[in-house]
Amino acid sequence: MRAVAVVYALLGLFALCVPLLGIYPVFMMQVLCFAMFACAYNLLLGFGRMLSFGHAAFFGAAAYATGWLVTAHAWGPGAAILAGVAVAALLGLVVGALAIRRQGIYFAMITLALAQLVYFVCLEAPFTGGENGLQGVPRGRLLGLLPLKSDLVLYYLVLAVFVAVFLFIRRVVHSPFGQVLKAIRDNEPRAISLGYEINRYKLLAFVLSATLAGLAGSLKALVFGFVTLSDVQQSTSGEVVLMTLLGGTGTFFGPVVGAAVVTTLQQYLSDLVGGWVIAIIGAIFVGCVLSFRRGIVGELAALRLRRPRRPRP
Amino acid sequence: MTSVFGIPVAVILGQLMLGLVNGSFYAMLSLGLAVIFGLMGVVNFAHGAFYTLGAFAALLGLQLFGINYWVALIVAPLAVGVLGMLIERLLLRRVYGLDPLYGLLLTFGLALVCEGSLNQVFGATGQSYPVPPALEGGLNLGFMFLPLYRAWVIAVSIVVCFSTWYVIERTRLGATLRAAKENAPLLQSFGVNVPLLVAGTFGGGVALAALAGVLASPIVLVNSHMGSSLVVVVFAVVVIGGMGSILGAIVSGLVLGLVEGLTKVLYPEASDIVVFVIMALVLILRPAGLFGRD
Repeated sequence: MRAVAVVYALLGLFALCVPLLGIYPVFMMQVLCFAMFACAYNLLLGFGRMLSFGHAAFFGAAAYATGWLVTAHAWGPGAAILAGVAVAALLGLVVGALAIRRQGIYFAMITLALAQLVYFVCLEAPFTGGENGLQGVPRGRLLGLLPLKSDLVLYYLVLAVFVAVFLFIRRVVHSPFGQVLKAIRDNEPRAISLGYEINRYKLLAFVLSATLAGLAGSLKALVFGFVTLSDVQQSTSGEVVLMTLLGGTGTFFGPVVGAAVVTTLQQYLSDLVGGWVIAIIGAIFVGCVLSFRRGIVGELAALRLRRPRRPRP
Repeated sequence: MTSVFGIPVAVILGQLMLGLVNGSFYAMLSLGLAVIFGLMGVVNFAHGAFYTLGAFAALLGLQLFGINYWVALIVAPLAVGVLGMLIERLLLRRVYGLDPLYGLLLTFGLALVCEGSLNQVFGATGQSYPVPPALEGGLNLGFMFLPLYRAWVIAVSIVVCFSTWYVIERTRLGATLRAAKENAPLLQSFGVNVPLLVAGTFGGGVALAALAGVLASPIVLVNSHMGSSLVVVVFAVVVIGGMGSILGAIVSGLVLGLVEGLTKVLYPEASDIVVFVIMALVLILRPAGLFGRD
């Protein structure tokens, strides 16, 4: 347990010092946004065993909502983020209510299809800018005070939000609600026979996950200053699955590691190999499923458990 | 009677025919998915990629070796089917017995590998495949113009779909396949080579997708993402029809194609999403799907 605390402390120190280390803050913000997205996704896949293939819909819809309100209606960033999150939550409620009517693979196909519907709406709707997306989204001032135009200020804001989301998810998973969710994951018929209204738990988990994914999307819109169709696309849904799987489903820190690895790969690999990056990501996916199902953090945790304990002095 | 709701009948019929062409592809793809799922319990997320591969096999065969359309119609599905069997033997086999979600994730990764590579090698812009000379032109039926090639696609698809249904539901081979799903060890003890049967099933389902790809190549532009956009609609079709039923997959594919064509006439803005909306309605009214048994 102590080793884990040391790792967290070092990571926290690193995150605080990022601007001093000369790491491009926009890149770090991208990592943090996707880490938040993957953590939100993990709440659903890792703790609820629901494989959604349409999470980009919530991420992207919130990004569009925030981007549009800030650009066309000159809303402040705080209110626009809240509105984006509300859109994602509402969308999560609708999609979730439909999707939980089936399980397993059907669940995946339903979320994929409904996300495609959201994609087409974003493509056709008058306020999304069609193929161009929304460009030049201003960051504005948070609550009229904090100038988010500065990368440094925005970085610490994103970091703070990320830490809050991370701790919130831990809290949720350790709450009675989270325990029931895990019970449903492990044995659905047993949970039913114990008298739990499993659909309510599943729906709440879905809405929570969609809401937090939306928060990540809204922040991403402000960080980059643009929203495009790729934010709502199938490939983004696939990416978040990969991040979670690669890092370790059902572990708290796995999705963060997965997001960091995948984002870094995309950034640096695309300079080296160009368009092959999609095929390489696909190959990582295959490798992960075949021989690495617990993910990076999951495998490390398993290793720690297997190592014989040192005798106490 | 030359117009309904102020829309000329010829236009409606034309769109219905285009819808039926799309429906033919939906039917062939959802049939392949249903066969693979029904007999192996695997959802093949790479189904769209195999459809794309079929089209590319036809295109490259023509460009590199001068293989004509009629030969490609046989050879491309065979080649893709063999590739499918290899994939089943080398990769897919390793996730049997695990949560079915892993099969889905594995095939999703394969689809990315396949489409990403095709995109990198051939670029994102599509290439066109010529309509075979024997099927050029069309017939003027008086009330509408019927392009020969599209009529051919519909005919081939219906024949192939119903033969597949017949083989699985009415022949001895089909009975053996269904027995393999029911109780593989018992069947094996009767001396049937079950692993080969399973590989063959996957190869067959995938070959159906490739055949659809060859059929589609003269109508659509052949590019790396032609399959991924189609397969999402096919998944919705599968949810609507219920994956347990082979006949259900065929019928819902064809009907949804028609519905999509009709939407294009009445309310074109919704034609891309109508299948998804129907899926949502089916989930509310009849969650197991129209032909579902679970």
